[in-house]
Parts: sequence; structure tokens; C-alpha cells
Amino acid sequence: MFNKFTRNILLTPFLIWAGLFIFVPLIFIVWYGVTDYDGNFSLGNIGLIFERGYLDALKLSVELALISTVACLLLAYPLCLILTERQRDNTTIISLLFILPLWMNSLLSTMAWQTILEHNGIINQFMKLLDLPTFHMINTEGAIVLGMVYNFLPYMVLPLFISLSKIDRSILEAAQDLGANSWQKFFRVILPLTLPGAISGITMVFIPALTTFVISALLGGGKLLLIGNIIEQEFTFQYDWHVGCALSVILMIFIILNMLLTTAFDPMKEAGDEH
Amino acid sequence: MKYIKQIYLAIIFLFLYAPIAVLIAQSFNASRYRGHWTGVTLDWYVKLFNDQRIADALSNTLSIGLLSAGIATILGLITCVAMKEFSRKWRATFMSITNIPILNADIVTGISLMLLFMGIGLKLGYVSILLAHIVFNVPYVILCIMPQLMTLDKSFYEAALDLGASPFKAFTSVILPELRPSIFAGFLLAFTMSADDFIITHFTKGAGVDTLTTAIYAQLKLGVHPEIYALSTLVFVFVLIFVILFAINRRKLKHIEEVI
Repeated sequence: MFNKFTRNILLTPFLIWAGLFIFVPLIFIVWYGVTDYDGNFSLGNIGLIFERGYLDALKLSVELALISTVACLLLAYPLCLILTERQRDNTTIISLLFILPLWMNSLLSTMAWQTILEHNGIINQFMKLLDLPTFHMINTEGAIVLGMVYNFLPYMVLPLFISLSKIDRSILEAAQDLGANSWQKFFRVILPLTLPGAISGITMVFIPALTTFVISALLGGGKLLLIGNIIEQEFTFQYDWHVGCALSVILMIFIILNMLLTTAFDPMKEAGDEH
Repeated sequence: MKYIKQIYLAIIFLFLYAPIAVLIAQSFNASRYRGHWTGVTLDWYVKLFNDQRIADALSNTLSIGLLSAGIATILGLITCVAMKEFSRKWRATFMSITNIPILNADIVTGISLMLLFMGIGLKLGYVSILLAHIVFNVPYVILCIMPQLMTLDKSFYEAALDLGASPFKAFTSVILPELRPSIFAGFLLAFTMSADDFIITHFTKGAGVDTLTTAIYAQLKLGVHPEIYALSTLVFVFVLIFVILFAINRRKLKHIEEVI
């Protein structure tokens, strides 16, 4: 469309922008992570992570993030299958109804879960009304997982829904005509075709779930600490930025692994191929 | 089987809307403590309009949202146009750079930007929040515009050049109108992301400047002021009306298409 000179000029603002606001900040984190207060190279921060027992928090974060991701995947597949199946005009309305909750501030809706789950909360008051035993739900790992699924389910539903609605109906009919039952149709046709969507959903749920500190602060009662809570505390209460940065560097390893996974199943590939 | 599907949809629906119903109920609750129902009142709606702090936080959220979405849209559009001209390999490389702020964890992005701003001596406040929001908004804009730009037919643009238009004129009168839907979608998505962001704002804001999300977070420990529930109920109703109008319009359009 343009000559090479114009093209390069047009890309320059972004390259400068990305250098200043994407790469330099990340270098800052790594730099703080591997230096001490005097600016000397030191691996002491990593040692402190072991000493202070932060690895337990990391382990708990990975576990809860994995459970939430699997739960989102298991909830989203049937949901998207049902939504794409009814290709009638009320599909738009139903889909919009599933996007609408995103517009509620997520801090407030997570706090509303507190009101629902706590000892004198809505569920327990309802149980008392029926003379049934009450449950202990708030400040448990289960409550945190529920909060994660509530907050991140849309990130799983959207890519899955898009890749499901792209499947040609005739392929599914062909599978049926050739004698596949519903399970075979799902595992041998639908699942392979929607794998890129599922992968992008998995990465989009796993990273925020792994690094959240809001959900665990609200639904974990400040006793169940995730890696995000510890990083946040290092920056806002303890003022030990070097340890906070060292923890962030550990998180970045997970993020890079995730990015590699995404590029292996690049959803933009199709868009890039057309030229 | 049909009933099982409907029950499943209903359960997910209940799961998604239960907290929203609780929040709306709380905006009418006479008690200022959540979980204690003492009667119906509209006081919080009245107080909402007299609360200067909420008004400030709301105006910060709106202005940062509009400005960051606007600047990100311009930067994203220019970048998309430039990236289209590169070979596939280069384009893939640039795309993965643009995607970093989306794939990175918010907490890492927030901390890294805070360290940068303090490192270069920028005072944390309105400007630092705005810059941070542009950083994470650019990739959303690019994700919206790039696919449509790639499928665009070049021949109209070339025809305009052959007929004597300057490249700039040809771009603004041929390419831009075609891209309008995706530019609009990118802007809207960027605004939404900016208005809903908490974590990155939390780390890049200074004392005394708050957006709605950080103002809410500050209140969480001692109990959120019910005016906030009133505000979010109003926002929700506003979006709901917008969505219903959109759905009705769409149905009408479909109906007209079918008639024709």
C-alpha cells in the first residue's frame, strides 16, 4: 500500500512506545529482583522466598488456578454447545445476557459473593429458615475457586463460543450420517476443531487466576494467601520491593510458558494468512 | 434432553446474576451494613448525587477511559496500517510484541510500570494512570482492527491513487470508512477495559487520585458506602436498556431483510 519508507515511519511510534512502556519496565522488574538495596547483584531475594515460606503460597496459587481453569472449561463447553445449537434469533439476546454481568464492577460482585456465602449470609439464612444444617463456606479455598470461576468464566466462554460458531454445520451432519453418536461427534469432531479456542480460553483464565489478589483477599478472609497477595503486601506494607520483584520474576516464568503455548496455537494465524 | 439443557442454562444464569441481584437489593437497603435488611429506602440514590468523592472518582474514570481509549485507538490504527505492509514473519513478531500487555499478568504490568514511572521521576497520579491505561488498551484496539484490515480489498485504494488522490487522501476516504466498525469496536472495548481495571490502576496511582475501582477498594475493609451500590445499579440499568434497544433494532433489521 505504501512504500517502505512510509511504512517504517508509521511503525516507529509503536516501536518507541513498546520499548519504553513494555520492555524497559520488565527490565526494571528483573533488575530489582536480582539486586539488593545497594544495587549489587544478589540472589538473596530468591533465598528469602524460600525462607519466608512463600513457595507454599505459590503452590496453593497454582493449584487453585488449575482447578478454576478446569472448572471454567467444564462449564463453558456445554454452555457454548447449547448456545450455538439454537441458531434462532433469540441467541443474540441470550448471548448478550451472558455478557451483561461483565459490566458490573468485579470488585463489587465479588463482594456480593461474601454476602451470599458468609455465616449469616443469604444461603445460610435460607438453610436456617428450612431448619437445615448451615455450611461453612466463606474464607475457604472453595470460596476462592468460586470467585475465580465467577470472574473469569466469560474469558473461557467467548473464545470457545467463537470457535464453535465457526464450525461448518455440514461437518457435524456428515459425522452423524456416518453413524457417529453424540459422544463420538464431540470427541472426534467438535473437540479437535475447537482446540485453539479452548487453548486461548485456558491461557486467558489461568494467568489472572494465578495472579489475583483481590478475589483471595475478599473470599479468603486474609488467611489464605496467594502469590498475588504476597507480592501486593511486599509493595504496599512491607516495602520490600526487591523480594516483590523476585516473586514477579517467578510469575513471569509461568507467563512466558503460557505465551509459548498460545503462539503454538495462534488464533491470529488465519487472519495473518490472508493476503 | 431439551429440559436438561434449559435447566443447565438456568443454573448458569442464576450463578451469573445472583451477586448482581444482591447488589441491586443492597442499593435499596435502609441499613448501611450489608447482610442486615432493615427496610426499603431511596436515600442512597439521593446521597449519591451529593457525594463529591464519588463524583470525582467517576469523572476520573470517565476521562481516563475516554482519553486512553482515544489515544490507544489512534496509535493502534497507525500500527495496524504499518504492520499490514510487512512480511508475514515480521508481522507475527510485531503482533506478539503488541500482545504482551494482554498475556502478561496485571500485577506484573502494574508493578513494572510503577517502577518505570518512579525510575524516570514521573509523579504518580493522573498522568501515570492515563499512560498505564494506554499501555494495556493498545493491544485490544489492534486485536479489533487487524483482522478486518487484513481482509480489506486493496484495489479500491489503488483505484483512488490511479485517479490522482494522494496516499493520505486515499487512506482517509477509502480505507478509514471501511474500517469504521472495527475502529469503533476497538474504542469501545478499550474504554470498557479502562473503566473496569483495578489492579494496574492500584499500582500506578498516587495518593489523592482515585478512579471508581480504587475508591471502592479503599472502602472494602470498612464496608462499602451504599451510594456505590446505587451507582452500579444505575450503570447496570443503563447498559441493560442499551442492550435491549440493540436487540430490538437487530430483530427489526432481520425482519426487514426477510421481507425484502
